[in-house]
Amino acid sequence: MQFPILSFIVFTPIVSGLLIFLIPADRKTEARVAALAAGLLALLLSIWAYFSYDVAAGGYQFVEQYTWLPMLGISYHVGLDGMNAPLVLLTGIVMFTGVLISWGVDDRPREFFGFLFILATGVFGVFVALDLFMLFFFYEIAVFPMYLLISIWGWKVTREYAAMKLTLYLFIGSVVALVGALAMYFVSGLGTFDMIALEQAGFSPEFQRLVFPFVFFGFAVLGGIFPFHNWSPDGHVAAPTAVSMFHAGVLMKLGAFAALRVGIMLLPEGAKAHMWWIILLTLVNVVYGAFIASVQSDFKYVIGFSSVSHMGLVAMGFATLNKAGMLGAGIQMFSHGVMTALFFAVVGMVYDQAHTREIPNLGGFRKAMPLVAVAFIVGGLVSMGMPGFSGFVAEFPIFMGLWGTYPWIAIAAAISIVVTASYIIRIIGNVFFGKLPDAFEGHIRDVNALDKVALVFLSAVLIIVGVYPSIMVPMVESGVTYILRLLGGA
Amino acid sequence: MLLNIEQFLPILPEVLLLILGLLILALQMSLPKPQHRNLGWVTAVGMGLVILFSLPARPGTEPMYVWGGMISYDWLSFTFKMLFIFAAGITALLAMDIEGLGTRGEFYVLMIASTIGMCFMASAADLVMLYLSIETVSIPLYILAGFFIFDNKSTEAGFKYLLFGALSSAIMLFGFTLLYGMAGTTRLPHIVISLLQNATSGLIPAYIGSLTLILVGFGFKISAVPFHFWAPDVYEGAPTPVAGFLSTASKAAGFAVLVRVLLWVFPAEIWAPLLAAISVATMTLGNLVALTQHNIKRMLAYSSIAHAGYALIGVVSFSALGLISVVYYLLAYLITNLAAFGIVSAVGRVTRSDDLTAYYGLSRRSPYLALALLVALLSLAGMPPLAGFVAKVFIFMAAIEAGLIWLAVMGVLNSIVGLYYYLTVLKYVYLYRSDGDTEPLPVSRSFTVAIAVLIAGILLVGTLFSPWFNWASTAAAALFN
Repeated sequence: MQFPILSFIVFTPIVSGLLIFLIPADRKTEARVAALAAGLLALLLSIWAYFSYDVAAGGYQFVEQYTWLPMLGISYHVGLDGMNAPLVLLTGIVMFTGVLISWGVDDRPREFFGFLFILATGVFGVFVALDLFMLFFFYEIAVFPMYLLISIWGWKVTREYAAMKLTLYLFIGSVVALVGALAMYFVSGLGTFDMIALEQAGFSPEFQRLVFPFVFFGFAVLGGIFPFHNWSPDGHVAAPTAVSMFHAGVLMKLGAFAALRVGIMLLPEGAKAHMWWIILLTLVNVVYGAFIASVQSDFKYVIGFSSVSHMGLVAMGFATLNKAGMLGAGIQMFSHGVMTALFFAVVGMVYDQAHTREIPNLGGFRKAMPLVAVAFIVGGLVSMGMPGFSGFVAEFPIFMGLWGTYPWIAIAAAISIVVTASYIIRIIGNVFFGKLPDAFEGHIRDVNALDKVALVFLSAVLIIVGVYPSIMVPMVESGVTYILRLLGGA
Repeated sequence: MLLNIEQFLPILPEVLLLILGLLILALQMSLPKPQHRNLGWVTAVGMGLVILFSLPARPGTEPMYVWGGMISYDWLSFTFKMLFIFAAGITALLAMDIEGLGTRGEFYVLMIASTIGMCFMASAADLVMLYLSIETVSIPLYILAGFFIFDNKSTEAGFKYLLFGALSSAIMLFGFTLLYGMAGTTRLPHIVISLLQNATSGLIPAYIGSLTLILVGFGFKISAVPFHFWAPDVYEGAPTPVAGFLSTASKAAGFAVLVRVLLWVFPAEIWAPLLAAISVATMTLGNLVALTQHNIKRMLAYSSIAHAGYALIGVVSFSALGLISVVYYLLAYLITNLAAFGIVSAVGRVTRSDDLTAYYGLSRRSPYLALALLVALLSLAGMPPLAGFVAKVFIFMAAIEAGLIWLAVMGVLNSIVGLYYYLTVLKYVYLYRSDGDTEPLPVSRSFTVAIAVLIAGILLVGTLFSPWFNWASTAAAALFN
């Protein structure tokens, strides 16, 4: 038997989280060191899994299957394919950098890292799940720690409201999807939750058309799809930095990924029947999100709404149901995850020094924290889709795929690129360049070494994928080929 | 008739409990007063031994009627008996350090008496046996609810429970007599047969009448709407461990007789729509009113009303999976709610308050107690990897399998409301501050043991569900095969 690497990846965070709870409350440094070690371990494991995936062979690899509840056909079934391998890597990256930049959390760090790691296990579990029940099991594990993380360590002004709003939105979405999934289980008549088996269940087109919206939107709520995106900017802004990174960087992908895995892959006929109007919703996400982002004066809200806009591109790519679009969406999930983690890290670092996020009140931070400015510019270029950065590798195929099926929507969506460029440049200009306001003179210090490591690491990933796309493109391509086969050729 | 040892196997748990009760009584008389607290350990260990010694006496797969048809010796009754005894053992540990409760031997004896009644309730196969066992359960519980005779709220709780209980059991008894009048027999498995033989259209109203009257009695036991009014007041006033016992073991016993009588005696076409309506009303009212509570015991009371509603979904589904899900749900609910009430009594013992304000900053006072409360409340809310999640999923599965999608949707909507108020409590625990949140909150060893067992149980039932599910399905097979 091969080494059960995926199980190690899934359970490393929660086991270390529980161990961290055993450290006495006043030993804060020990808790942090333990968290960092666990984060590093998870990162190394996910890097290892990513690079040992055999792209030429394709399909599901590192598969593990154990019976869980045989009477109802529930099993613990995990596997890695071209779609989820980048996301596992992404989670490892965000988890590690999230721990690095959370070194300064001083209020009950033990509980903070404990809950964060329970969340991480949920995320890993959903990404690698090949069993529908298991997917829900881990999905809910990923939802509830958010409430605590945001409400306890979040921004004092809105945290209680935002945390509850976010949790209820996501919980409603997941239970709606659960009812749809249970209907799929009984209608299939196979008596199994195994998704590989359910892919071949041959649901009638009428059933697929009926259930698809429930399952798709149930999950897509977490992907921030319009008109259910409302929780997302509030949640991002209220969350502490590492949680924003996790949330926008990884959790939203969880929604998009589950909508793909359960909605599109198990109900392909339903997807074909409904996509024409879903793509209109994603267009609203993309364009409206970008416009709303450009009029925010709060630095963090800009990034929050930019996430809504960029996640719209992911859903849009999936909605094209063609190869280029899905390929782009798969890469966009990774690229946006790293990029937005970088953005939120930068916002957190600026806020820690300035104690304000109002863009007009900021300025000149490039002098005090040059590396932070550079990192933000790298993220900004990714966000605008500049060639040479991962954003280009992701967005170009999305627009290509879109052009093939809905050219008018491609043209309309392209507006967002211009708007994105405008707000990114405005932030670069207003926050990092210009004159440092007198109030900040002498107060602004540079970030510490751990923060720098995190920023350099995240920027490097964005650039590597940008200049060397074949590190990721063939892999995602192999995943997309599999999905297209389920969609019936094309 | 010569009695032989074989005949005692079906009632071995009851016999052992009786011996334990007598032992406690004897010890109470012989031990000096300061030692009486330790009777809690004796009770808890004794309960563990009862479970251990009863395991070899477990029934076969085919139900058997013994003791002149009074008792059904099957897996359903055995499963419930083990649950009651477990709950009683845990309750003994939780009560030990409550002043005026755990220091009195009578408490343990009364609780054991009530547990014996529950065991008979779960296995009763005759109307007379059923009624007697229900009274055996209730009378000690009336006393336990009013155990603090110098506390107005506790005496009020005891008296209220007595009045409601006496009234509803009188109504239920009337239902039993109607049933006997129509069927000519008191033996439950035979009632349906004689009814079928004498089925004339003129009997249908009497039939429905007796069903309604019986449901009043059972509805009171499981605190289903509209027979729930006693629950919040009684839980609030009763000593907290007693409230925990009431809301778990007593409620599970109510479910045990409910499923047995409904499935054996009445056709599903008659009761299923009625019970579906009760289920929706119970869930909705329980959850909505729980939102407005300021006292954690009242909140848990309404939450436990709501949970009875969820479990009823499984009964309404009227299928093997439905019954399995009910048993599983009750198992999960029992350990979870015992944990919740256990933590409430641990906190209340120190803070002398059950207001939600007493929970402000609990995570700073006692991080592990806060974590345990988090586990218990999230399990009640139905979050994985805790027991409540799978239990709820099974219930919803049963409803969808039976084509009752609307009922599953009602359950789902209700669980969202539930999540809101459970999270609100966690917000108080983790986020809010209070003046006293730097003072430590000492927790005695018996509490620690009980809560650790329960938390481990919540995690086990929530992750490794295969053995529990098989067990529940064996139990369900006693009625459904």
